[in-house]
Amino acid sequence: MSHPEAISDDLYREIILDHYTCPRHKGHLETATHRLEGVNPSCGDMVELDLEVRDGRVVEVGFVGEGCSISMASASMLAESVRGQTLDQVRLLADTFKARLLTKGGIPEPPEGVDIGELEALDGVRAYPVRIKCALLAWNTLLEAIENER
Amino acid sequence: MEISVQGRPSIQAARQDFPILDQEIGGHPVTFLDSASSAQKPRQVMQAVRSFEETSYANIHRGLYWLSEEATRLYEEARETVAGFLGVEDVPTLLFTRGTTESLNLLAYTWGERNLGEGDEIALPVMEHHSNLVPWQQLAFRKGARLRWIEINPDGTLDQDSLAAALDRRPKLFTFTWVSNVFGTINPVRELADRAHAAGATVILDGAQGVPHLPTRVEDLGVDFLAFSGHKMLAPTGIGVLWGRRELLETMPPFHYGGSMISTVRRDRSSWDVLPNRFEAGTPNISGAIGLAAACRYLDALGMEAVRDHDQDLLAYAFEQLASLEGLEVFGPEDLAGRSCVVSFRFRNIHPHDLATLLAREGVCVRAGHHCCQPLMREIGMMGTTRASFYVYNNREDVDRLVQALDKAGRLFSGVKCKP
Repeated sequence: MSHPEAISDDLYREIILDHYTCPRHKGHLETATHRLEGVNPSCGDMVELDLEVRDGRVVEVGFVGEGCSISMASASMLAESVRGQTLDQVRLLADTFKARLLTKGGIPEPPEGVDIGELEALDGVRAYPVRIKCALLAWNTLLEAIENER
Repeated sequence: MEISVQGRPSIQAARQDFPILDQEIGGHPVTFLDSASSAQKPRQVMQAVRSFEETSYANIHRGLYWLSEEATRLYEEARETVAGFLGVEDVPTLLFTRGTTESLNLLAYTWGERNLGEGDEIALPVMEHHSNLVPWQQLAFRKGARLRWIEINPDGTLDQDSLAAALDRRPKLFTFTWVSNVFGTINPVRELADRAHAAGATVILDGAQGVPHLPTRVEDLGVDFLAFSGHKMLAPTGIGVLWGRRELLETMPPFHYGGSMISTVRRDRSSWDVLPNRFEAGTPNISGAIGLAAACRYLDALGMEAVRDHDQDLLAYAFEQLASLEGLEVFGPEDLAGRSCVVSFRFRNIHPHDLATLLAREGVCVRAGHHCCQPLMREIGMMGTTRASFYVYNNREDVDRLVQALDKAGRLFSGVKCKP
């Protein structure tokens, strides 16, 4: 019989607790061009993501939400990492991050030119299958919000 | 089962009957505090199911060979055992179902479809589990009936004004839970049932959290129907009970149609068998029923009064120990005699799912979230709570391990200070 080993604190890394306790870009944007609410029905976590998109670039980001530290820290980190990026870069980053959490086995190498940066701190979530959807909530909401911007 | 010096099985020794607790997960002993969700099973229950399946299994009712006769005998004997556990004398009024949810849906689709009409009211407390809420909400949509909510006080007890107001409107149905799966509140069943009857209502009791923990005599409860699940009272999943008064059950149309429930079938018509078969279409969960009977025998041997005392002892100890944690708030009644051993709490501003994850790492199994009570959560302004619940196999060390794990979680989450 195999059981998960007790895991040292690779999940609640300091940077995650920091983003959770002191979220960046929290609040609605008056200049938002895109606003979408995302919900995880199984746990009740909710995030409302605001984007200001100008000429194919996300110039400003804001979010409000309610949820666990993983979902809220991930939203805060998303806001920091996509601000200033083109929509193509944003999509590539979101897809890279999702693949990072969802790929079984080893962590896939990010594609050329994608800097995963601080998001690496969420790698610990991979060991907690039921929490992966928490880390992905804001990202799925982001992808849906810009779905028609092709 | 350990036999104590008095010659009765002892609840202190009960833990040894639960092999699942006798292991380590991730280097920690298993501290199982999620029995309100589903209880662990003692060897005696597993043994009863296994022994039946190894020696006597066959389909019931129809076979003309020994195995089928024996299986039929054991299945009907299981019904008698469970009836005895509840003080039900009219044994065929005890129906086996898949569990509380199916029992309540059965009532909504049979009694409800037959008896509720346009403008009729269904009174129910806002503390109800989704299983005793959604079937009635959907029935109300189908029939043009209305739900009349009974509000709750901040301590998780029923608000007397809205209770009186709901009953004044002479609802057709009053359905409520014996014990709140969030607050642990024990509702005063007899008093509520008598008042509802006086108002002309039929009374349904959701016993999912009550029957496993409180001595149960159906006549003393004074209700018309009682629904509960086996898996919260040491039995396997997929077996539960609906008990009802014969005069009501006999006027209800069948719920599921098929084999076993018929008397005769012609090309253009059918007629139905008598109780209990009429409500047990298809091959039932025979092993489950035998497991449930074994669970009733086990609990009977411990004594439900002793189970209640054990719950109260752990509850008092848990309250005392949890009070040592700064920023921990327990929901529900403060008067311990008015509550069962379900302890929902909030700990500082740590989200319940974070808390449950952190506790899990210390081997402490708790529930976190809305507990299938979304209207109630909205009422108390919470997205969810963290809930510890106890049963016969828990002891004070389990409470200690919960408190230690909470303390550790609290320290992790209080370490971050925001830069100005």
